[in-house]
Amino acid sequence: MHFTSFLDDGCLTVALTGEIDHHCAKAYIQTIAAKIEAYTPEVCVLDFREVSFVDSSGIAVVINALRNMTQIEGKLLLTGISPQPMRVFRASGIDKLVEIKEAVS
Amino acid sequence: MKFGNYMILEFPSKSSNEAFARSAVACFAAQLDPTLEELGDIRTAVSEAVTNCIVHAYPEQLGIITLRCRILKDNVLDIVVKDKGVGISDVEQARRPAYTTGGTDRSGMGFTIMESFMTDLDISSKPGKGTTVHMRRKLQRRQ
Repeated sequence: MHFTSFLDDGCLTVALTGEIDHHCAKAYIQTIAAKIEAYTPEVCVLDFREVSFVDSSGIAVVINALRNMTQIEGKLLLTGISPQPMRVFRASGIDKLVEIKEAVS
Repeated sequence: MKFGNYMILEFPSKSSNEAFARSAVACFAAQLDPTLEELGDIRTAVSEAVTNCIVHAYPEQLGIITLRCRILKDNVLDIVVKDKGVGISDVEQARRPAYTTGGTDRSGMGFTIMESFMTDLDISSKPGKGTTVHMRRKLQRRQ
């Protein structure tokens, strides 16, 4: 697991990569939480452009990031979601909890 | 169906095998000429079933997971994921969306996703004996 992040005018973008399953979910959850805690951004964008696969563990990653951002009264956005992760997010109803922009078809 | 194509895999409940299991099933399913969406659904459902074995069936120690895939008539892929772990005392409860006995890093959506991505899903379990998840997915024939 390796991902980059950058902070721009109160907006923290975290670019996730690879396949998000149970094997690596905990590391994603902890790393995202640490970045949010360190930067306390107003908005956190999880960029899924380089994510090729997500299962229900990916839902937990998003829910935990949402919880982290809610605690600091910030907003969470998801972007660049390709079709397979989008189907998982829709099946779980998470697309109704979190704002998604720029899904990739 | 005696000579229908099938494959059987056995592996320990290490989380590094989650990616292996879903990729192996996707490779086997490729001969049915699935669409990308069908392949994604199958990989996701297998990932959920195998993760359940790793997280819930064998919480304290490694155990053996058996994965069997068969091709049935009418382009149906039949998948069985079996463990000899702790079992589920209340299957109905386990199937409920967002129900989990895992921690905050689990979403409780595994069975919900298997149900919505597969054509059929059967779960049989005996506490102390293990759990068998039986899934089927009918694939569209492409013209």
